[in-house]
Amino acid sequence: MADTLLEIDDLGISFDVSAPWLTRLLTGAGKLSLKAVDGISFSIERGQTFALVGESGCGKSTLARLVVGLYRPSAGRIAIDGIDLAGLKTRAQLAPVRRRVQMIFQDPYASLNPRWRVRDIVAEPIRTHRLLPNEGAIRARVDELLRQVSLTPADGDKFPHAFSGGQRQRISIARALASEPEFLVLDEPTSALDVSVQAQILNLMKDLQRRLGLTYLFISHNLAVICHVSDRVGVMYLGRLVELAETAELFGRPRHPYTRLLLDTVPDIDMTGRARQPIIGEVPNPIDPPPGCAFHPRCPFANDRCRSERPELKPDGGSLAACHAVEERRLPDYAG
Amino acid sequence: MTAPLLEVSHLSIALPTRRGLLTAVDDVSFEIGAGEVLGVVGESGAGKSITAAAIIGLLEPPLRQSGGEIRLEGERIDNLPFEALRRIRGKRIGAIFQDPLTSLNPLYTIGRQLTETIRTHLPLSERAAAARALELLQEVGIPAARERISAYPHHFSGGMRQRVVIALALAANPRLIIADEPTTALDVSTQAQIISLLKRLCRDHGTAVMLVTHDMGVIAETADRVAVMYAGRVVEIGPVRDVVKAPQHPYTIGLMGSIPAIGHQLERLRQIDGAMPRLDAIPEGCAFNPRCPQVFGRCRTDRPDLLPAGVTRAACWLQEKGRHG
Repeated sequence: MADTLLEIDDLGISFDVSAPWLTRLLTGAGKLSLKAVDGISFSIERGQTFALVGESGCGKSTLARLVVGLYRPSAGRIAIDGIDLAGLKTRAQLAPVRRRVQMIFQDPYASLNPRWRVRDIVAEPIRTHRLLPNEGAIRARVDELLRQVSLTPADGDKFPHAFSGGQRQRISIARALASEPEFLVLDEPTSALDVSVQAQILNLMKDLQRRLGLTYLFISHNLAVICHVSDRVGVMYLGRLVELAETAELFGRPRHPYTRLLLDTVPDIDMTGRARQPIIGEVPNPIDPPPGCAFHPRCPFANDRCRSERPELKPDGGSLAACHAVEERRLPDYAG
Repeated sequence: MTAPLLEVSHLSIALPTRRGLLTAVDDVSFEIGAGEVLGVVGESGAGKSITAAAIIGLLEPPLRQSGGEIRLEGERIDNLPFEALRRIRGKRIGAIFQDPLTSLNPLYTIGRQLTETIRTHLPLSERAAAARALELLQEVGIPAARERISAYPHHFSGGMRQRVVIALALAANPRLIIADEPTTALDVSTQAQIISLLKRLCRDHGTAVMLVTHDMGVIAETADRVAVMYAGRVVEIGPVRDVVKAPQHPYTIGLMGSIPAIGHQLERLRQIDGAMPRLDAIPEGCAFNPRCPQVFGRCRTDRPDLLPAGVTRAACWLQEKGRHG
């Protein structure tokens, strides 16, 4: 059996977005809830990179926060290395799992405390989890961590403002690695960076993965970045997975019409003269998603079944796709 | 030969600080022909947005132009008084900025903002201006434009707002549009819509565009020519196909190599080590020399100007030495 590190089963979370109680009382409006993540299942093998891609508002960041335990799911189950997170109620029970799972955020300007020296920022997980016995050992470990991300021990005495965006992201990575985690959740780790710096960070992430045997959940809206880093990809639309496949399969033979349209919108840097097919319309309001398949108002292949019956993820070749047209073999072959 | 639509020559922009005068844009020259799309690409801090701001006369103090000229249709515009410049802005040069929410006034309906812009620049009656506003909204693809003309900006999504901003920029039929990161704040699917809209409209109206962006993909798809900026200078300029396919400047080569692309799976991306220098620490000689894999003696002392490099021009001593490759 393959070695599964993360397993997510039928995961969902709803947020209450109702108007204030008094307003509801006066206007007679009901409660409103927003299903940010709905019925998502997937698993990640140890040492692999699983990527989630989707447009803003599709729930990919919410999913990341669920996985690291920043939100409590309203449905479904998350298990890390066989340990069900729902079974861990107290801080003390959660702590060992938290040590093994770390997160890196998008904005390296907001995720580092500006009043702390870099050395203390990086040492925080070590102190929180009481991983090393004394200050001397912590100091040596922080120096090693800084070197690992191509900074110098002398950088530890500076404050975050002395660093550029790319260097700050390196500090975030050093901090995430401090508790010797096995699993990193990366939420748009390079979206705030310039392309040449992005290349440095992506190369660093790959090197670290190989050296430390890390497992990544990588979240991005940038398909080219996803194609470069991931082993498997899940495509999200309005809180649900619409396609799940090996990276080469997803980019070579995308099944779901949304995935195909997303791929068509990637700017054509090779200048092959390929005509770009812009997706019509915009992502609908998640408070009031369309009935049936949520993508049907924008889908060129939608029919009556798509408008009324919600498709489930079903296998098609090596991929999983949630699409009636794929299941009924109504889709033309993809001409990428 | 007639004068180009826009001619920027030897433009320099200074930033006075407590520790002395910094140079944000250093001796930048380029031209834009009528109906041409010039892409200006570079990483944050390269000076591309400041160059754009200088052209529309919206340099934010303490930034100030310290040298050079900007000519629109042969007429010098960088030394005009504020009022004269205000009349050019909108009428002859339209502007589209990154964030469509801050470009629109939240307190006025979009119809009012459009008619006001139209009437400021064109001698039209209120009724005729309203008709033109509606026409513009239809042209930029706002669905049910007749109903939505009386809506406020917050009623629109990001992509729809950017369409309204494009309508505003086109309102007085300018010859040139300055678009500063027009799609950066948008989702990929909306980005594709806005790019193809901008391309179509400018072709139909014969409007030239200066498209400022950090996204080489957007440039590759949209621009006729591209100028690559680094540390306040243009390091390479030429037809977009040549710059993308066969870049000459080592920085452009590194930049192109660091962009992940779908289809070619690489284990590692080519990376340029280090980062762009800060304005107060621009190295002597070529600003790129500390990061350049092909650096040699002269690069550390003399600053290269744009030299012919095949079809493009590159500010690199390798071109003179002829040992490139």
